[in-house]
Amino acid sequence: MASPLDQFTVIKWADIEVAGYDISFTNSSAAMVASVVLVTLFVTLGMRKNALVPGRWQSSVEMCYEFVAKMLGDTAGPDGRKYFPFIFSLFMFVLFANLIGMLPWLHPFTFTSHIAVTFAMAAFVFIGVTLIGFITHGFKFLGFFVPHGAPWYLLLILVPIEIISYLSRPISLSVRLFANMVAGHTMLKVFGGFVVSLSALGAAGVVGAFFPLAFIVALTGLELLVACLQAYVFAMLTCLYLNDALHMH
Amino acid sequence: MEMEIAQIAATAQTDAARYIGAGLACTALIGAGVGIGVIFGNYVSAAIRNPSAAGPVFGQAMLGFALAEATGLFGLVIAFIILFG
Repeated sequence: MASPLDQFTVIKWADIEVAGYDISFTNSSAAMVASVVLVTLFVTLGMRKNALVPGRWQSSVEMCYEFVAKMLGDTAGPDGRKYFPFIFSLFMFVLFANLIGMLPWLHPFTFTSHIAVTFAMAAFVFIGVTLIGFITHGFKFLGFFVPHGAPWYLLLILVPIEIISYLSRPISLSVRLFANMVAGHTMLKVFGGFVVSLSALGAAGVVGAFFPLAFIVALTGLELLVACLQAYVFAMLTCLYLNDALHMH
Repeated sequence: MEMEIAQIAATAQTDAARYIGAGLACTALIGAGVGIGVIFGNYVSAAIRNPSAAGPVFGQAMLGFALAEATGLFGLVIAFIILFG
């Protein structure tokens, strides 16, 4: 039986090599393209009529918009408004990536289950937010690492801690998403393995196999929740970091 | 012959140490379990005391749940690194 980790294998679909770099089109790239295409279709086709009284599809697009707008407004305040397109794209991209991975047929690929992908996104967010901080505050942004009201001898300890915790943000942001996706999908496949090995035992085993099967169904529900929740957490933390960069403390 | 036996014994020891390490990494789940319990316990008791606040706070409870769950999964990542790294 295949290992539960086999589902994360990246398979080359078309070999492409540019200047010695392997940029082949893989199942991971295909899932990313699918995610971008689906988000674009969902939003543009949903808003095509642009009716005053929205239909079901337009309502769902508007709900996504309002959800992200409220999250950004609550955390980063009115100054964060101009970064809305970025946060919205990030949220929808991760959300659709996680949800595509939950499709039970077509053997889909969850590209957010790869640290390379999530770390690239997190590093992009981290560098962008740091640049925004330096652009809005200039070198005063370094004051972000100095806690207010602490005596000078404590600063010797607190400033390095603040810097380390700031630098560990892209790691925790990326590992959180990646670990959740890997753990969830591995768990589903492990319980799937129970069903297969139990039903190989004969009639009694087939009856017994319904218990792990029922558990898989429940777990799929939980994984759907986690898929949405992790997209929310990723976008939410990006908003929080943006708020730190815009308003410091 | 003796060299081979020594080598096999050495790899067996590394494998054993690796499995013990992976098992120890799972102790991260203790903290995650406590954290999730605290979050939802406090959410439920707050919701019972003030049912009108239950709706708005639910989002924050979910955020806390996701953050607490993720700390447990960091342990899982370390276990994977030990096992397959």
